[in-house]
Amino acid sequence: MNTQHAPSAGRLPFTFGGIVSGFRACVPVALGVAVYGVLFGLLARQKGMSWVEAQSMSLFIFAGASQLIALDLWGPNLPALSLIVTTFIVNLRHVLMGAALSPQLLRLPAGRAFGSLFFMTDESWAISLARYAEDGRRGRLSDGAFLLGAGLAVYVFWNVSTALGHVLVRGLDDPARYGLDFAFTAVFTALLVGLRPRRADILPLVAAVGAALLTLRLCPGKWYILAGALAGGFAAAFGPGSTPSREAGK
Amino acid sequence: MSPLCFSLLTILGMALATYASRAAGLMLMSRMTPGKRMERFMRAMPGAILASIVAPSALTAGPAEALATLATALAAWRFRNLPLAMGVGVAVVLGLRQFVG
Repeated sequence: MNTQHAPSAGRLPFTFGGIVSGFRACVPVALGVAVYGVLFGLLARQKGMSWVEAQSMSLFIFAGASQLIALDLWGPNLPALSLIVTTFIVNLRHVLMGAALSPQLLRLPAGRAFGSLFFMTDESWAISLARYAEDGRRGRLSDGAFLLGAGLAVYVFWNVSTALGHVLVRGLDDPARYGLDFAFTAVFTALLVGLRPRRADILPLVAAVGAALLTLRLCPGKWYILAGALAGGFAAAFGPGSTPSREAGK
Repeated sequence: MSPLCFSLLTILGMALATYASRAAGLMLMSRMTPGKRMERFMRAMPGAILASIVAPSALTAGPAEALATLATALAAWRFRNLPLAMGVGVAVVLGLRQFVG
């Protein structure tokens, strides 16, 4: 399916060990995700959503922002179409994330690549990307199953915590009380530092931050990620100093 | 159609929309050979996405969050340990929020 121009670098391994190491690397972040899973389950119950519905969302949609937005619109007269369209729009950033992982994913059989992508979230994407970048720097062969393992960690924690929140938890403190709302900012900051940006990356990064902050002021929701990503990409593609002598691809 | 059946179908539709967004990037990239500009665009993607995710909380949430982001970055740079950097960020933000809004 995706092999019409077979990548010259050849196939990547896809091992059980890779799944395990992806899973383990993502557990600390998945714990943070679980706090919000409990919150989702709890809010879903308060909104009158049955456990079957809430759990189906976490099992099949598996996207925190979309699920929380859906809770807002949930009621006796379901606006099905606008829920589906909103979901797609909220998740548009995944298109760029999946594309950013394509150097590795194109070196896997299509079934494994597209199967792994079902489990891709912001968190597991970032951790896998950081891992693959480090593999590249060290000249190490990446394990294509790392993304799946990292995604499964988030999947397991998100689903168990959804169930806990819906069935068991009767009240929950504001995660901000324990600084947990900041956990995701911290993780993504650390991963950004781990990419070790160079001088040529400064302009794209500044463009991304500027566009993200501007978009945040203009429209609510997760648009700012998409806008920032595009601004950074275009700044890199068309900006000055884009000499082709950057480190050759992996 | 029963209400439960309808809501489950809606959830299925949302699931398909989400999966489409997850699969579309790879689908597009497998169908094109990126040129020079496209390659630079894609190479900037990881950093640009991460910076965009972080920007609102790091720069507009307040001094506690801004300083905690800085502390996280320093810890990540120094120790290269993700859980540790995450712990530092949460601890610093928790501490600073006692003093500054």
